[in-house]
Amino acid sequence: MSPVAFEANNPLRDPRDRRLPRVAGPCGVVLFGVTGDLARKKLMPAIYDLANRGLLPPGFALVGFARRDWADEDFAKVVHDAVKQYARTPFREEVWTQLAEGFRFVPGDFDDNDAFDTLARTITDLDRVRGTGGNHAFYLSIPPKLFPVVVGQLKRSGLSARNGDQWRRVVVEKPFGHDLKSARQLSDTLNDVFPPDSVFRIDHYLGKETVQNILALRFANTLFEPIWNRSYVDHVQITMAEDIGIGGRAGYYDGIGAARDVIQNHLLQLLALITMEEPVNFEAQSLRLEKTKVLSAVRIPADLAAYTARGQYAAGWQGGEKVLGYLDEDGIPKTSKTETYAAIKLEVDTRRWAGVPFYLRAGKRLGRRVTEVALMFQRAPHLPFAATATEELGQNALVIRIQPDEGVTLRFGSKVPGTAMEVRDVNMDFAYGESFTESSPEAYERLILDVLLGDPPLFPRHEEVELSWEILDPIENHWARSPQPEPYRSGGWGPDSATAMLARDGRVWRRP
Amino acid sequence: MNRDLQDTKSSAILTALTEARRGSGNAALGMVLTLIIDVNENEHYDALHAANSAAREHPCRIVTVIRRPGKSAPRLDAEIRVGQENLLGEVIVLRLYGLLRDQADSIVLPMLLPDAPVLVWWPGQGPLIPSRDQLGMLAQRRVTDAAASSSPTASLRQRAQEHSPGDTDFAWTRITPWRTLLAAALDQPFDEIIGGEVSAVRGNASAELLAAWLENRLGIDVIRKSTRGPGITGVRLLTRRGEITLARPDGRLATLIRTDQPNRAVPLPRRGTEELLAEELRRLDPDDVYNETIQCIFGNKPDSKPSSKPTAGRREPTAAVQAGRAKEAAPAKKAAPAAPAKKVTAARKVAPEKRVAPVKSVVPAKKAASGARSKT
Repeated sequence: MSPVAFEANNPLRDPRDRRLPRVAGPCGVVLFGVTGDLARKKLMPAIYDLANRGLLPPGFALVGFARRDWADEDFAKVVHDAVKQYARTPFREEVWTQLAEGFRFVPGDFDDNDAFDTLARTITDLDRVRGTGGNHAFYLSIPPKLFPVVVGQLKRSGLSARNGDQWRRVVVEKPFGHDLKSARQLSDTLNDVFPPDSVFRIDHYLGKETVQNILALRFANTLFEPIWNRSYVDHVQITMAEDIGIGGRAGYYDGIGAARDVIQNHLLQLLALITMEEPVNFEAQSLRLEKTKVLSAVRIPADLAAYTARGQYAAGWQGGEKVLGYLDEDGIPKTSKTETYAAIKLEVDTRRWAGVPFYLRAGKRLGRRVTEVALMFQRAPHLPFAATATEELGQNALVIRIQPDEGVTLRFGSKVPGTAMEVRDVNMDFAYGESFTESSPEAYERLILDVLLGDPPLFPRHEEVELSWEILDPIENHWARSPQPEPYRSGGWGPDSATAMLARDGRVWRRP
Repeated sequence: MNRDLQDTKSSAILTALTEARRGSGNAALGMVLTLIIDVNENEHYDALHAANSAAREHPCRIVTVIRRPGKSAPRLDAEIRVGQENLLGEVIVLRLYGLLRDQADSIVLPMLLPDAPVLVWWPGQGPLIPSRDQLGMLAQRRVTDAAASSSPTASLRQRAQEHSPGDTDFAWTRITPWRTLLAAALDQPFDEIIGGEVSAVRGNASAELLAAWLENRLGIDVIRKSTRGPGITGVRLLTRRGEITLARPDGRLATLIRTDQPNRAVPLPRRGTEELLAEELRRLDPDDVYNETIQCIFGNKPDSKPSSKPTAGRREPTAAVQAGRAKEAAPAKKAAPAAPAKKVTAARKVAPEKRVAPVKSVVPAKKAASGARSKT
């Protein structure tokens, strides 16, 4: 019987009893890449926060694996420091003590058979001592090029094998390949050892409350759905801007670029959530069905030169601070053609969206850090005012702010006080983030818990990943044949070619 | 920004509030509910502190009602706090003097946020029948704390008698972590459960609720065992071949014991007021499971035979209680108030004071009943 079936038969569970959260069953997590930034800043704190909120099972175990000469206590110290510094919830000694009892560390290289045999013994031992019940998640917080060797080792040492009701799951972080071919290779590598429903791809964006709120906004209200189509929407702008440069990520970023880094996953996932039809229910399967449907209907422009734009940030001043240009950053070759800004125009060939352009842009060293989706509505077909009265009236807009300052803004015209009739844009604001940030869970908490519960709705499957590469690959190929990306001023809103791209359609980028 | 208003009225408070909000430059329109705190002067600081923390999760307008003792002329003083650091909503502290003490609802009514739900919380003793309290009638959700009364289990039982949907008690909120762990334990395969035991310090209202919940959900008899605490110290579920036990001797760390499995430790600290209040603010609709559980405490379990003792009070209510009911049910229940209209109005006037007495007299009997039960 599956765990879900047990829960349905649990006399203490009642769908009306919404006070009771779902707690993961007996299990443990094996973390590869414990010394990485992500592990220290996000994963370890998230695990502690989950424990603190009482959502981890009694007897939970965390095993670290790395090429360090550490004992269990050294590992515990590393986690302790990470938790103290980055955890969201207050530090409680009793929670920590209990959690730390389940920490183990296995030193070794990824190609070291002995180390993986030790790992296998450690896990069997945990099942006996801590009662993890043979249920383990392998979190690969390591570069994708190491996946094949680690996954191979998991198979060789028998770690990926399960008995009866037990589960073994593998968790991978983006990037899910760098084009369609490599994405398929990655899926093959993983699926060779783990069945598709045991592979969890983490795109932390999808764990964000505001992203999930898009579904609530669209499908729980009557107000928006009637205008959520080509009859009212003029165009849509999806923006992800960062004010930082590439920082210490030169090795990862060069050769990848803005489009592969964020458009392929975050922005196309946002596009899918905004454009998809209503799923018949909120089961993972139904959601995925609608998302793949709409992603398969995405069409790229015929004239890629005119309707894509890219740039590299140049040296300059950003917000009162002198910053380096991309080509001057440490570890970046002077001839690098990697873009730090990318903008593309897409269309969605469905009855709902035919003819509505979707403008996606992502970049580094832009004006400020912001991610948002803006639905720009058509102008009123007729304005019964004098032309001078509506000069300052823009397009109505519904803006879903993903980060920071999560919320929703509605922009519409309002009369300016005074005797003359004059209409100007005003904002109506719903601040979701402002009031909830402190206590709303981190995306990683939600996602790790979902992995342990085996609840897949928030994880992209390989179909979605492959579809998004199919959209991006022709654009990347076009760029590979094009000259050097256009430099743009740090701290601004991107290169002139991006402005020109919208101007061709008679539109302008919103200042987010 | 802080503002003090002396000898004022509701409309002036609202005007001051709007000005203060503008002055501090934040349009706090994202508030999702109104929280009324009915509290006395001694407890108001702690209550407000907890409410402010809870407001981080649920931005709200907090209206604190303090009735000042003593014989003074009717007067209303107000304090407004808006746009301070660590304060996401708005706080209004009202102090009611003299005759105004009985008019709290008329003062608070204009201060409720439009459309938004209203929750009233009594951190202290609280009314015996929350849904018929002056302030309680303004709210969808009424939250009491049995543990704050002199006899927690007795007051829980009394409120169970007059329970109406939307009432909840912190005694119930306190056991959410226990219930969560027990429910999670039964997510795993388990043998048929044949009996249970809840051990806690004597007179713990939460233990009573936990036992009632287990009895109701599992269809078993749960033995109440008294220990030295703190709070609830353990739950034992007996299965055909073993047991599932959650033991927490020290009020901090619990151990989950299952036959044939290793013992597992899990932190299970007692919860602070902020946490309890935040959980209550998360649910603004009636808690059906609590309703069912509390009915079991009162002995209305669907499968149990109707016992005459607890229902006796219901069948033959004293005059005052009947009058209190008539007030509510008058239009619908035409047959009952056979008495002339005049008489009913007369009774109505005395009802508020007298209503309390007869219900209270039920206590000793109830206590005896519960004692007898726990001996079995």
